[in-house]
Amino acid sequence: MQLTVWTYEAPPHVGAMRIAAAMEGVHYVVHAPQGDTYADLLFTMIERAGKRPPVTWTTFQARDLGGDTAELFKTSVKEAYERFRPQALMVGASCTAELIQDDPGGLAKALDLPVPVVPLELPAYQRKENWGAAETFYRLVRTLAGPHAPPPGSKRPVREPGSRRCNLLGPTALGFRHRDDVHEVTGLLHRLGIAVNVVAPLGATPADIARLGEADFNVVLYPEIAYQAAQWLERTFGQKATKTVPIGVGATKAFVTEVAALAGVDPAPALDDPHCRAPWYSRSVDSTYLTGKRVFVFGDATHALAAARIAAEELGFQVVGLGTYSREFAREVRAAAATYGVEPLITDDYLEVEEKIAASSPELVLGTQMERHVAKRLGVPCAVISAPVHVQDFPARYSPQMGFEGANVIFDTFVHPLMMGLEEHLVTMFREDFEFHADAAPSHLGHAGVREPASAGANGAGADAAITNGPTTNGAAAPAAPATPVAAKTPDPHETTADPPPTANGNGASETATPIQWAADAEKELHRIPFFVRGKARRNTERFAQERGVSLITVETLYDAKAYYSR
Amino acid sequence: MNAVPPIGAGKGPVTGQGCEGAPVLHERGQREVFCGLTGIVWLHRKIQDAFFLVVGSRTCAHLLQSAAGVMIFAEPRFATAVIEERDLAGLADANAELDRVVTRLLERRPDIKLLFLVGSCPSEVIKLDLSRAAERLSETFAPAVKIRSWSGSGLETTFTQGEDACLAALVPDLPAESADAAPSLLVVGALAEIVEDQFSRLFAEMGVENVRFFPPRRSGDLPPVGPRTKMLLAQPFLAETARLLEKRGATRLAAPFPFGVEGTSGWLAAAARAFGVDEEHFFRVIGPRAERARTALARHREMLQDKSLFFFPDSQLEIPLARFAARELGMRLVEVGTPYLHRGHLAPELALLPAGTTISEGQHVDNQLDRARAARPDLTVCGLGLANPLEAEGLPTKWSIELLFTPVHGFEQAADLAELFARPLLRRSRLVA
Repeated sequence: MQLTVWTYEAPPHVGAMRIAAAMEGVHYVVHAPQGDTYADLLFTMIERAGKRPPVTWTTFQARDLGGDTAELFKTSVKEAYERFRPQALMVGASCTAELIQDDPGGLAKALDLPVPVVPLELPAYQRKENWGAAETFYRLVRTLAGPHAPPPGSKRPVREPGSRRCNLLGPTALGFRHRDDVHEVTGLLHRLGIAVNVVAPLGATPADIARLGEADFNVVLYPEIAYQAAQWLERTFGQKATKTVPIGVGATKAFVTEVAALAGVDPAPALDDPHCRAPWYSRSVDSTYLTGKRVFVFGDATHALAAARIAAEELGFQVVGLGTYSREFAREVRAAAATYGVEPLITDDYLEVEEKIAASSPELVLGTQMERHVAKRLGVPCAVISAPVHVQDFPARYSPQMGFEGANVIFDTFVHPLMMGLEEHLVTMFREDFEFHADAAPSHLGHAGVREPASAGANGAGADAAITNGPTTNGAAAPAAPATPVAAKTPDPHETTADPPPTANGNGASETATPIQWAADAEKELHRIPFFVRGKARRNTERFAQERGVSLITVETLYDAKAYYSR
Repeated sequence: MNAVPPIGAGKGPVTGQGCEGAPVLHERGQREVFCGLTGIVWLHRKIQDAFFLVVGSRTCAHLLQSAAGVMIFAEPRFATAVIEERDLAGLADANAELDRVVTRLLERRPDIKLLFLVGSCPSEVIKLDLSRAAERLSETFAPAVKIRSWSGSGLETTFTQGEDACLAALVPDLPAESADAAPSLLVVGALAEIVEDQFSRLFAEMGVENVRFFPPRRSGDLPPVGPRTKMLLAQPFLAETARLLEKRGATRLAAPFPFGVEGTSGWLAAAARAFGVDEEHFFRVIGPRAERARTALARHREMLQDKSLFFFPDSQLEIPLARFAARELGMRLVEVGTPYLHRGHLAPELALLPAGTTISEGQHVDNQLDRARAARPDLTVCGLGLANPLEAEGLPTKWSIELLFTPVHGFEQAADLAELFARPLLRRSRLVA
């Protein structure tokens, strides 16, 4: 069993729902106990859909278990078909129905309906939402486009470069900014003179899926959803698929180049966009203070990789942590983490992510809805870059992440939670202002008063409590309020990995080392350092002291450490 | 509108009117309802030192997170032990795993005094015995932490029945009242703190002493129970809790539920009767409050009078709320759906419901939607899975879960309750674009 406070992904049948709800003309019958219909409100509330998701649930109860649940399933399929008359039907089980093993696929096939039936095998105790969506999309594509496959070995008919067409694969219901990404990427393709054959699954009908093979190549917008289907399309129809996801200016340009090569057209018309303001904004002197800001990145693999690249190359931040919950794309994330010199974090354990964020004391967290929880507890600014997200990240306004407008949106989103430059200077110079002090939230966010780092039952490590008196060991301030033991045990492997310590005992030293004392005046001096970098200063100083066997940190030790680490 | 009913009213069954013996439309089919796990969303705030550990699948974790989690930015007092493939291999292993998870959790949260192991559909289907696990773990962690279990599975429970199951699990822990105990009143059902305080003041003024509330705000503060305990149910979904309390000697006072002026008056009157409160004194205490509530209601009545109302099944609050809407707001009832109808507990309510009201128990959601579309009610009370789609079809809705998350019981909240019905209509009249 896994102790789960928050889960990054839903069970796989919700992934299947995201495919069904994205499309027109398909219906999904799920064998599931009463109550699993909660998933409907993800679509009707979070995404604010104006129609019910095309899903029929059997909603069996305890009394049904004594009887024939298989019959109940068959009745549900028949009724759903008669009422909704879909062009294709998907059938499957939720986690509980998986245990009672009624074989939805076999039962539905036995009904001999006049439309394609796609049975879904989604192992709910091993796999999760994105896998469920990818598998469902792949099964649908195979079932519906498969009959149109050319004989193996046949050559693709060659179209004139000017009339090349592609499919956009991956956008779903309940996808983070999928709606606007599709619009943005369609615009890019349009400027290259490339037409879109089918967008799928978002907005596609089964008939549309059947003609996927008519495109010249595929644009994979979200590999988590569409990679598997695109691979099959490549094998079956000889369609090449794009590998670059156009999030960020650099990635967008690389994407344009890649697509232009696939289509045999000139990339120039789409390589620049007069409305792309992010690069100039980032070069303007107002952004200088963003240089080297420590940022921790976590999300699905696609968005985490894109955000890390933007942070490092387009905003000049320092990536101090990079991770994903998408195990399917762990390899790519590991490779990227190596280029930033950080240890990759591949986990779906919220508590582990929390621990790692605390240990790397970032100045900005780019993550999911869950990282907002962590960041709030630690008093660190945060922006959302990836699902899971809540209702506020399905905005009414145009807000793509992809393409040049996406880069504009991202610039604003990443910078907004940070304290603005002038204020940051002033809180460093004048520490005791009753209103604008370093422990206060940035004033442009409109909140008065003190941030709450670590005070309300939060982690001691990383977030530096403003009221730490007496001895502390290696960043674990051991607050009186219910502390999470995870924090106290944490060595800090991520600490300034770009700047590795000269000796090997940087890791795990806290377990054995003698406690280090802070002299009162050193502690006071530490608190003159602004909030957002104080955690890092404390750790560096303590490690510096530890490596040299200094047991009492004085003001001089603090500055010795500062000089040492800034070399 | 009715005056405050005489203190003696509602004593016996009212025959020949209302809906007491009325036929009920029983339906089976797809049920668009929550499972009992959802009760955790409010119970974890009500009992402040309790923690709820669901033993279930990722679906259960995701339900809790979707129903409440993403809105809650503090450390929540609930979590899920997600069953994995290897737990399904053998039961002994699953128990050891559970012990490990509970140990980790209690290390992480030393402030927990009461831990609920909450059963789910998967844990029930694989027959993981959580009550034995609770006993075993209780021994390990006594006396610091008490561990109990209940089922919030969709197989067994619908939405608010989760609270019933949770409270029922606590009934054996209630201390026995002492042999020379004075008669006491036990109010059963989680109420908003403000409502609890109002009722406490009213009972005190009426001269009813020894009033306790269940569940308490702290797990160590369980009220005693015994043959001299009289209980008033504050919520209509407490069938099992009431049964177990009766087994321990408590007597249930038949009463309508305290929604609106009439329901609150009838509810308080039941206590007054049982505790021999002088009738004149009773009216002196509740009269001004009832009058104030009626005045506050009048404003909303203007907007709601003669509007038609359709309830989809959700919480079992539907019948009392329909009674309030019909009798105090003048609304016309098209259909009142309830997931489960306890005829005993709801007898006083059914007697007050306008004769001829269509009551349905259970659900076939597509057929029920057909009926709603055909009737085109002025207001439909339904869950969040149906609300926006019905709005998009032009049918005004009131989402039902809010009725659980808002203080709606008692005199002072009567107008707030009416406003919950009036607000969607008011909003529609305001939006011009």
